[in-house]
Amino acid sequence: MIARNVSSSAARAGQVDEAPTNRTPNGVFVELQTHLGRDPGVDLGTPPSSQTNLVQVLIDGATVQVPAGTSVMRAAALAGIKIPKLCATDQLAAFGSCRLCLVQIEGRRGFPASCTTPVEDGMKIATQSLRLAELRRNVMELYISDHPLDCLTCTANGNCELQDMAGVVGLREVRYGFAGENHFDKPSAEPKDESNPYFTFEPSKCIVCSRCVRACEEVQGTFALTISGRGFESKVSASAGESFLDSECVSCGACVNVCPTATLSEKSLIQLGQAERTVTTTCAYCGVGCSFNAEVKGQQVVRMVPNKAGGANEGHACVKGRFAWGYASHPDRLKEPMIRSSIDHPWRVVSWDEAFEYAASEIRRIQAKYGRKSVGGITSSRCTNEETWLVQKLIRTGFGNNNVDTCARVCHSPTGYGLKQTLGESAGTQDFLSVADSDVVVVMGANPSEGHPVFASRLKRRLREGAQLIVIDPRAIDLVRSPHIEAKFHLQLRPGTNVAMINGLAHVIASEGLIDEAFVAARCEEPAFHAWREFVLRSENSPEAVSEITGVPADLIRQAARLYATAGNAAIYYGLGVTEHSQGSTTVMGIANLAMATGNIGRRGVGVNPLRGQNNVQGSCDMGSYPHELPGYRSVKDVATRQLFNAYWNTEIDPEPGLRIPGMLNEAVAGSFKAMYIQGEDIAQSDPNTQHVQAALRNLECLIVQDIFFNETAKYAHVLLPGSSFLEKDGTFTNAERRISRVRKIVEPLAGLADWEVTMGFSRALGVPMHYHHPSEIMDEVAALTPTFAGVSYEKLDRLGSIQWPCNDDRPTGSPIMHVEEFTRGLGKFILTEYVPTKEKVTRKFPLILTTGRILTQYNVGAQTRRTDNVVWHHEDRLEIHAEDAAERGIADGDWVHIISRAGETKLRAKISERVQPGVVYTTFHFPESGANVVTTELSDWATNCPEYKVTAVEIRRSAEPTAWQVDFQATEQQQAELKSR
Amino acid sequence: MSVKVYVPCDTTAVSIGADRVAKRIAAQAAAAGRQITLVRNGSRGMFWLEPLVEVETEAGRIAYGPVTTGDIESLFAADFLHGGQHALRLGPTAEISYLKNQERLTFERVGVIDPLSLEDYQSHGGWVGLQNAMALSANEIVAEVKGSGLRGRGGAAFPTGIKWQTVLDTTADQKYIVCNADEGDSGTFADRMLMEGDPYCLIEGMVIAGLAVGATVGYIYLRSEYPRCWTTLSEAIRRCEAAGWLGENVAGSGRSFHLEVRLGAGAYICGEETALLESLEGKRGEVRAKPPLPAHVGLFGKPTVVNNVITLASVPLILARGGKYYHDFGQGRSRGTLTLQLSGNIQRPGLIEKAFGLTLRELLNDFGGGSASGRPLRAIQAGGPLGAYVPSHDFDLPLEYEAFAQRGAMIGHGGMVAFDDSVDMRRMARFAMEFCAEESCGKCTPCRIGSVRGVEVIDRIAQGQDREANLALLESLCDTMQHGSLCAMGGMTPFPVQSALQHFPEDFER
Repeated sequence: MIARNVSSSAARAGQVDEAPTNRTPNGVFVELQTHLGRDPGVDLGTPPSSQTNLVQVLIDGATVQVPAGTSVMRAAALAGIKIPKLCATDQLAAFGSCRLCLVQIEGRRGFPASCTTPVEDGMKIATQSLRLAELRRNVMELYISDHPLDCLTCTANGNCELQDMAGVVGLREVRYGFAGENHFDKPSAEPKDESNPYFTFEPSKCIVCSRCVRACEEVQGTFALTISGRGFESKVSASAGESFLDSECVSCGACVNVCPTATLSEKSLIQLGQAERTVTTTCAYCGVGCSFNAEVKGQQVVRMVPNKAGGANEGHACVKGRFAWGYASHPDRLKEPMIRSSIDHPWRVVSWDEAFEYAASEIRRIQAKYGRKSVGGITSSRCTNEETWLVQKLIRTGFGNNNVDTCARVCHSPTGYGLKQTLGESAGTQDFLSVADSDVVVVMGANPSEGHPVFASRLKRRLREGAQLIVIDPRAIDLVRSPHIEAKFHLQLRPGTNVAMINGLAHVIASEGLIDEAFVAARCEEPAFHAWREFVLRSENSPEAVSEITGVPADLIRQAARLYATAGNAAIYYGLGVTEHSQGSTTVMGIANLAMATGNIGRRGVGVNPLRGQNNVQGSCDMGSYPHELPGYRSVKDVATRQLFNAYWNTEIDPEPGLRIPGMLNEAVAGSFKAMYIQGEDIAQSDPNTQHVQAALRNLECLIVQDIFFNETAKYAHVLLPGSSFLEKDGTFTNAERRISRVRKIVEPLAGLADWEVTMGFSRALGVPMHYHHPSEIMDEVAALTPTFAGVSYEKLDRLGSIQWPCNDDRPTGSPIMHVEEFTRGLGKFILTEYVPTKEKVTRKFPLILTTGRILTQYNVGAQTRRTDNVVWHHEDRLEIHAEDAAERGIADGDWVHIISRAGETKLRAKISERVQPGVVYTTFHFPESGANVVTTELSDWATNCPEYKVTAVEIRRSAEPTAWQVDFQATEQQQAELKSR
Repeated sequence: MSVKVYVPCDTTAVSIGADRVAKRIAAQAAAAGRQITLVRNGSRGMFWLEPLVEVETEAGRIAYGPVTTGDIESLFAADFLHGGQHALRLGPTAEISYLKNQERLTFERVGVIDPLSLEDYQSHGGWVGLQNAMALSANEIVAEVKGSGLRGRGGAAFPTGIKWQTVLDTTADQKYIVCNADEGDSGTFADRMLMEGDPYCLIEGMVIAGLAVGATVGYIYLRSEYPRCWTTLSEAIRRCEAAGWLGENVAGSGRSFHLEVRLGAGAYICGEETALLESLEGKRGEVRAKPPLPAHVGLFGKPTVVNNVITLASVPLILARGGKYYHDFGQGRSRGTLTLQLSGNIQRPGLIEKAFGLTLRELLNDFGGGSASGRPLRAIQAGGPLGAYVPSHDFDLPLEYEAFAQRGAMIGHGGMVAFDDSVDMRRMARFAMEFCAEESCGKCTPCRIGSVRGVEVIDRIAQGQDREANLALLESLCDTMQHGSLCAMGGMTPFPVQSALQHFPEDFER
């Protein structure tokens, strides 16, 4: 894996345009050290070796040069020589159980398995002989003697490795007959397990290759599967003989992915049969941005198979991306544009043009009446870069102001701000692959196993290899202790005390001489650093003082700081538990300070890594969605930048920054902001203090909502523009590691137009026509106007698979690691991070702190995942409460409770949990009726207005009575449903 | 003066009443006002004489056996405490030809001493090897073991010194010594006898191994069917820790070695070294593919010496008397002594430690005294359930690794099970397949499915169904299993089957 980078730097040196081949001019086959050009359909049998010294072997007369440690099987595959195999796959460590891959090696006795035998220099290997053929055929004969011969009606027909291998070895008869002991006839066969909503497990077809068990361990890291029994009784068992659904299985699909037979099959495949074509695209869920090969039949997706060549996921996936795409064809999808003059009126279905005209005329009317700045819009972190680009362009050129913001406002805006200030670029510093080189990992305010599962699997793999883990989180997240994973330190701090904690860690590092002085001297601004050192050394930042604030013992803080500073490559991964605070930006800067102080920036295995919530948070920010910044994070006040855009767009960009989302909402409540264009964002559910949001939306005279569903915000809308799902359009997403990946159209937009076409239509109606025939032309415009994207094009994306920006003439294939030689801003800048407690304090009236988070099977507001079978795992939000707090209030597990804050009151069921500490309660906000954001407050980050979702003082009371908000919610729900159906 | 009376605490002796005998002797002595010191020693390995009671007299130890509780009164009456005449009197123990004709090196102390007495151990030559080893460098210890010619006594007969050298030469922050005490082969009991009769010898061997390769932690992987070993070893380890033979500072050397006993869970396959390591790590006992060898990537991924009990217990003597001393026993490439375990249809079953080179016939007749049934011996199965059957016409085969290998047989762990001419070799062949089906870990296909098919094919042969075709299929299956299996379990299961087919074809025609 390390070696891969070597080659991409070679590619950078100028070989990039040559078609990749793994055959050198003198005919030697070599390991291709990049995903580039590798056919993901070819399985090389075993993973690449991590060693670097090369050895040369002769396989069936072909010369192959590979790193030591490479298996004979892989070396052969590189030369195009296919050795029969069943248990081996290049996604899993060699196992050696199927015994089909036996070979003969000159000078060695017997028939070693090629998957488990590493090459040695000078080895001469024969992969075919009569003797080998006999052995392989006889092994296959044993397999088939215990296999049902229903190939014609089998799900795997057309895609069965067992069938393929039976053909390859030339099995012609089964001398044992089929009357013997077996697992397939009626009396013997175990029943099919259909409990999982997405795949079935049919034990009678199992060949016990253990691929599924190994995938669950090695790839996913959940350890839900095992082989129970021994000998002929050996069978795959989910947990302790439970059904898949009841077991610890997290339904990531890794097992299904590697199953060589029909034993583990997608239900969609069973229903639809094998696909006829494959389209590579990018998942539209979280910020990991997994690449998938959509297997398609006509306009129907048969299944989504994680792409081995996908840079972010390398063949892995989670329950959402892998399976939960059925929402795209859910009956709730909006299929026709609709308008109404008041939210009390029924909706009227209209043509696209009428909808555009109506929306445009309303905008113009309102601007005429309330002023140019009385309208604005929100771009979507779920839409493509191209679509986001168009929306902000429409607002800047069509609306004539900078009132554009994006949902990153409420999640990672502090990341953008904090990293820009310290490092000079509003983005994470590493690629995901980098974690494979980490020696110690800090996970702060993030819960990767739930929120970023595919990254969590990578991280867990590295932790199992021996890297150490520090978790900084108020809650005992899965990573603190799960199978084969245990955090060395869990700093279980009180919510809202992140900055104090960071300062405490910095204090230890500075006071114990653990600063990387050489790095700091060479790479950072000196005066700022000295000020910082002086600051963190103050007694108020000592572990003892910090312990008082955070509740974490001083000794733990000391040990964790020492580990971070001295264990080698140290990386910090953080999430919304860092940003969604009144001091979110301060913590981000504090994290950057720590990384700079210890020299953990600019190489593999280190860095500052924000885990982005939505698929295109990074991209939507990059595309100029902020009211104060044009694309590429360039201030709207900057004349040169404005001129560039003015010229290209033939417009006059407002030099004044526009309103942020909270500003728009406040102005709407105040009555001076009157119209919004919201693309793919449900602020009525996702933004804090729901009642305030609702009040603001009710005050609008024109709300234009573009979404795939009739979401909560749509209840307040006047124009509904049906959106298109990620399956219905072309474009790109940019994930948390700055990786730009293609989204490819698989089916036609349900309502006829892709989102980018909708924005074009609206813009045309506004009198500002846009002229694009394909999203690639939009990307060309992005590249022309944005230096970090200068080298990006669809042609290059098609060729390379994905590109991590910055991508320009200096870095034609992108930049996996940033700030290698110097920081983007030149010298890194330490920034003082004084701890200022949040105004949201616990009181006698509100004695508990509510903090919020995510769950694996649901995504964000749940609009997509609630419309899939994922609800079997999580069908309602629950309030986690510690047993002590519950007992004090007479609350039992499963009781309905009211959550009361100074902002509002809502009702959930309680779940007694040891994951939260006493004094802290926790919930998710995936269901609108939960009203989690009814109780969250309007307090926000001092720099960016990112809401303080993670700290709300609350009281919990046992009660099954509906809350006032919920009564109102139900009424609105019913009223709007009626208005829609009329 | 108090008289020392020895009654074995060994599992075999106990299974036929040694505890009751000991109790009765103590009671009888008390009643008679006789001062005795009852020592529960290990077994001398003459099972047909168990419970074997010994009395220490001026003329040395005098043996009586087999003693039952009913004999105690008459023994006292015969003044056995002074070596008095009695029908069960066997004379001086050391003069019993079965023992006298052995060359006991590894088993030197077994049956002689009180197993848990550190004093006894030390006074019978214990710890000398360790003390010598402490004066040597790691490489010198390994060289001594190499020079002894010691090969793995667990069955594979891999040269111990070379294995140790590999571990020594592999750099790692942690290394392990693992003792394979999962003695699962049918007809074997040497490991158990040693652990019950001389546990410190094994511990000393493991400490020396630790010094030799740079390992500071050792595990004894003990089969759960050996509860007495568990108690004996646990107590022995406790005493060694208290006396400073184990722990942070072994015998004041500044070197550390920690030892722990871990119990298996009844799976034969966990005697296979890689499955053993998996089990020791707390996982399902499933065979690992090799390479990597455990010497490179063993327990918890660290370089690990995995040796059998007898191998490790042979080490103290090698270090005490020198590799050459040990090497002088045996012949060819089979050096030192072999601990043979004789059982089955045999008159005098037991443990015979003898230099390599003895013939099977000498073993069976001179030591074993022929079949128990009195009928002619037809075959022996050598080396456990996966070992070949050696027919009587091959009984002149010398007990030597290479000689056995040439005949497609193996000495293995030294278990020799005798059968008389009433044995049905087709049934024995079926049993081999059945055993494999029962004990296969299930990882590789030839073993998992092949063993089940093997039973079915032999049954069809027995029923006379397409006999020729099924015989051919059985041969073919054996070939597939032998050459296709992942480990020795599936790879060697064909040996008893093939040998039965080869030497006793008539049994398959009935």
